[in-house]
Amino acid sequence: MVEDRRLGDAIAYVILTIGVLIVAFPVWLTFVASTWDAATVINGQMPLYPGPYFFENYNRILFIGSSRTTREPVIGMMLNSFVMAMAIALGKIFISVLSAYAVVYYRFPFRMAAFWIIFVTLMLPVEVRIFPTFKIVSDLNMLDTYQGLAIPLIASATGTLLFRQFFMTVPDELLEASKIDGAGPFKFFKDTLLPLSMTTIAALFVIQFIYGWNQYLWPLLVTTKDSMQTIVIAIKKMIVTADALTEWQLAMATAMLAMLPPVLVVIAMQRLFVKGLVETEK
Amino acid sequence: MAQVTLNSVKKVYAGGVEAVKGVSFDIPDGGFCVLVGPSGCGKSTLLRMVAGLETISAGEVAIGSRVVNQVEPADRDIAMVFQNYALYPHMSVYENMAYGLRNRGTPKEEIEKRVKEAAKILAIEALLERRPRQLSGGQRQRVAMGRAIVRKPQVFLFDEPLSNLDAKLRVQMRVEIKKLQRSLGVTSIYVTHDQVEAMTLSDKLVVMNAGQVEQIGLPAEVYRKPASKFVATFIGSPPMNILPGAVDGHGIVALGDTIIEARDLREDLAAQTSVEVGLRPEDVEIASEGQAGSLPFDVEFIEELGATQLFHGKLGGQPFVMQAATGDVAAQEGRLWITVDPDKVHVFDPKTGTRLGKE
Repeated sequence: MVEDRRLGDAIAYVILTIGVLIVAFPVWLTFVASTWDAATVINGQMPLYPGPYFFENYNRILFIGSSRTTREPVIGMMLNSFVMAMAIALGKIFISVLSAYAVVYYRFPFRMAAFWIIFVTLMLPVEVRIFPTFKIVSDLNMLDTYQGLAIPLIASATGTLLFRQFFMTVPDELLEASKIDGAGPFKFFKDTLLPLSMTTIAALFVIQFIYGWNQYLWPLLVTTKDSMQTIVIAIKKMIVTADALTEWQLAMATAMLAMLPPVLVVIAMQRLFVKGLVETEK
Repeated sequence: MAQVTLNSVKKVYAGGVEAVKGVSFDIPDGGFCVLVGPSGCGKSTLLRMVAGLETISAGEVAIGSRVVNQVEPADRDIAMVFQNYALYPHMSVYENMAYGLRNRGTPKEEIEKRVKEAAKILAIEALLERRPRQLSGGQRQRVAMGRAIVRKPQVFLFDEPLSNLDAKLRVQMRVEIKKLQRSLGVTSIYVTHDQVEAMTLSDKLVVMNAGQVEQIGLPAEVYRKPASKFVATFIGSPPMNILPGAVDGHGIVALGDTIIEARDLREDLAAQTSVEVGLRPEDVEIASEGQAGSLPFDVEFIEELGATQLFHGKLGGQPFVMQAATGDVAAQEGRLWITVDPDKVHVFDPKTGTRLGKE
């Protein structure tokens, strides 16, 4: 029996290792490519270990910018991406937690109708309604602004749905105890419901931050100035297909940098996730 | 402290379901009133109307001299202990107890004093920094009580507070609740479906059925003189035996072939009126064969309860249960002869279920 388990463990490790290698290899390759000079990357014989150009490449892309295609330093684009992703994530959480609270706890006329209208927007993502949305943003003079980047992506049925499901699992007795303890609707929301929703909020934040960070089509449409570009667009612009030579080492460095904030968010929020899983707060 | 008065209180839900059909009674200042009944009888709804968690469809609820129909729960000067404790999971025990006071703007020192006091009474001083999930069921129950105590309310409301505890803890907490209520002297309303809790805790027992009050009285009174067949079979364990019978007009009730005497029987009943006869399992005495008034009881099986034994069998062809102290009767199946104290024979109208006793 003991032998058997060891063998099973070994097989599991082998499979896991293969899986990790498959996932990690492209990332490693990207990193390695970002530490060599253009010639080494281009000639097709790039070594699989990091080269000596790490500081030079990253310094150049972060603070000076790629000379050929995008003239802006990447640090500014990272800031744009960060502002947009944060605005989308926080805005979505704010709006969906409030609308879910209204739908679950208030008995107003056409409550279910309101809920279903929110629900139906799940079928209308930005891509489907992109022209009217662009028209509105442009009429409101929000092209090339952070508002224009973030607000149309904030409306979200997913978040409302998620919070609604969570609120419905909160026992009614808690609301009643709050009433007797003299907490009004807002106090109940602030003192009881929000603290209990912390893990749900963290989950939604991670998902929505990455969603916002990865946006491509919408920022491409509403930004025309280089200074308002997001980093995802920058990567695309650096990879030129026509008459110019792609500076692969810089494109790879940008890709590495673009990966960094989502990874940091996941790592930071992971602790809240685990806490939410281990200690059930209900 | 205050008395609680209910005056023809009704609850009609949207859709026309009448959960409470006009209930009136009052609870004196410092009294312990228990509402008991089967599930769905409206007892919880009634309590929640007193708490202000349900609107009152008709009638009046008054706490002290103030009618509270339109008063918010927080302003009714009540405290409630819920079945599932309803502690705030994200707050420590201390914060749970302090929350209501903080919302009222009670000064910090006063809150601390009151919480410490309550924690001392309930022996949960060591738990003040813990979260509810780190507590056992009994400890959570104490915290829920503590949250009620610190408020120093005029009325305590208990909604089946012990039903989530195991049997042993339930007995222990029952005694503690009673002691606590006595020492604090706060008017209390307690809802339960457990007739033992109802009997032991109350000094005013309200038995409810189908949205109506069946009987109100001291627990012993309700037990001795149940106002209806429903109360008779609901209060008491094992429940009262109900047998079909007929009266002969002279205080004699016939159970098929056998005849027993009932002293507490209305005299105006016509002979041959069919009735239902109630006999409590413990109100039966063992007799010897041929003794005057003795009835044959065919025992089919015996349940051993330790101090007592339950004899299941047939009396006059009807199912019957008798309870006797262990050792009083040889525990064997077969025919036994029993006598019945005429004072302890209950007679009910088979149609309405009301008691046919003397006024």
